Amino acid sequence: MTARVLSLAWLEEREGRRREIRRYVRLFARSASSMAGLAIVVLFLIVVAIGPWIAPYPEDARGAVHLERKLQPPSAAHWFGTDEVGTDVYTRVILGARVSLQIGLVITVIAALIGVPLGIVAGYFGGALGELIMRVTDVFLSVPALILALAVVGALGPGIVNAMLALALVWWPGYVRLVQGKTLALKQETYVEAARAVGTGRLRIVFVHILPNCVSPIVVKASMDMGMAILAAASLGFIGLGAQPPYPEWGAMISHGRNYLPTWWWYSAFPGLAIYLTVLGFNLLGDGLRDLLDPKSLS
Amino acid sequence: MLFGLLCLTFAISHVVPGDPARLAAGPDANQSMVDTIRAKYGLDRPLGVQFVRYLRGLAAGDLGESLRSRNAVRDDLARYFPNTFELVTLALLLAVAVGIPLGMLSAVYKDTWIDHWARVVSVSGVALPAFWLGLMLQLLVALYLGWLPLGGRLGLTATPPAPITHLLLVDALLRGQWATFADAARHAVLPVVTLCFPALASIMRVNRAEMLETLQQDYIKTARAQGFSGPRVVTRYALRNAMIPTLTMIGLRYGWMLGGTILVETVFDWPGIGLYAVNAAVSSDFQPIMGVTLLIGLNVMLVNLLVDLAYGWLDPRIRRPSSVT
Repeated sequence: MTARVLSLAWLEEREGRRREIRRYVRLFARSASSMAGLAIVVLFLIVVAIGPWIAPYPEDARGAVHLERKLQPPSAAHWFGTDEVGTDVYTRVILGARVSLQIGLVITVIAALIGVPLGIVAGYFGGALGELIMRVTDVFLSVPALILALAVVGALGPGIVNAMLALALVWWPGYVRLVQGKTLALKQETYVEAARAVGTGRLRIVFVHILPNCVSPIVVKASMDMGMAILAAASLGFIGLGAQPPYPEWGAMISHGRNYLPTWWWYSAFPGLAIYLTVLGFNLLGDGLRDLLDPKSLS
Repeated sequence: MLFGLLCLTFAISHVVPGDPARLAAGPDANQSMVDTIRAKYGLDRPLGVQFVRYLRGLAAGDLGESLRSRNAVRDDLARYFPNTFELVTLALLLAVAVGIPLGMLSAVYKDTWIDHWARVVSVSGVALPAFWLGLMLQLLVALYLGWLPLGGRLGLTATPPAPITHLLLVDALLRGQWATFADAARHAVLPVVTLCFPALASIMRVNRAEMLETLQQDYIKTARAQGFSGPRVVTRYALRNAMIPTLTMIGLRYGWMLGGTILVETVFDWPGIGLYAVNAAVSSDFQPIMGVTLLIGLNVMLVNLLVDLAYGWLDPRIRRPSSVT
């Protein structure tokens, strides 16, 4: 008998959760821009996953040279045309998606791994250490990320790894701000006070009560940041401090194609379009997620 | 805050691995030449000593010298900063002048075609790579249509005015050199439009969201019920209250624009501090980059202060001494 009641309760809870998920899906699907963002991001991930199999000339992303077919306009054989050494721009854009995803993930994950713990320490434990963390964060935030990254890459030397490292190093303060603010607010909540009152340890409060409630704003910010990090890395590539040729990175491709404007416009036009669509997709998705998960906050 | 910024620039330039002395000495230099240069710039001293020297130099207005050109960074910045200031200010003014009315219209005519188009602009603005937009504008407007110059600050035939404020457009006006003014203005159009686009988008977006919320408030309904005309209610009552978050965004975007100038100035060959920093970074020349970082950080702090002061002017309730610091 008890077993039956228990399983019924379990079923009910599961049903409730399912209903909640269905409600979220419905809300998300109602917004055309969120769906467009999701569609672009899914398409991007598909391109990343099957890129090497759909790219017509995979060797072109590794520095192959075919001078006999250089700077050809878009055609059936070369959808986006060819560049100055005859490599297929379409292939390089397709395989560049992998590079961009890596860049976005590395920067966002490192930034979150540095920023979230610091934010929790500053927000929950406070004290002199918390004060110090927030001061340092403010200093970082007072200089535009791109300038700071430029300075760091200038010191480390150009290259894709250094560019990612530099951007990750200047990207974390946003997470500290976000998590610290959220933690301060959660600290006042009744259930956290109750947990404290019954003698729950600090670490347990942080991991069981605070952190799970910070997840949705972090997910929203991370989704937005994926796009912005890709854009920032492409900017460094464009300046000549990021990826170096023949690495198929979109910003560096635009930078090279720039020398062949206006006659050979396709060289820099298509990689730019790829950046635009990718960043747009992640931004729209982030927007949609925010409306859903975190309706009270407005960035 | 300022001290923190100084620590940060020092840390990047002195603690990060990389050897400026070897770079300055050139690829053929032997070890003793590198050591001489290192000693000359004090790069062989302990970090603490270097930091004190760095601070003392800054206090005397010395930002070091460019290892490449041997120019004092302070003089270089003084020469290039007015150009960047002009670019960023014009772009910000344009972004505010277009973004706020657009956000307002978009909120008042919610879900009509005006709103849809405004939202397309706002979503695209943030996602478009500024350098790519700049290149495409160059391609279309300058190369195909030939309406505007490709880049640079002034045509080869134009004579620059004798400096008064060092702002080219202002100086040309003050000296009455109309041809120079027109030429400088034509050169400024594309960079300003490119730089303003992302800022315009986010200003519009915040203003729209705030206006939508404000227009639901009871005092707006009251004002309408009392027979005030629609435009008056929207601009006088709603806009003013929607302005505070918008102003925050304008302040944020100003900082972002100073960062964005490094891309826009590179594309349009605009002789400002952004292009200066890029050229320095490409050749690992530290002092200029640190000078630019410091200058931009100071600017951002200053603008934040102005934004705080403006809050008090917009909303008398926060006009308390503590909130203006």
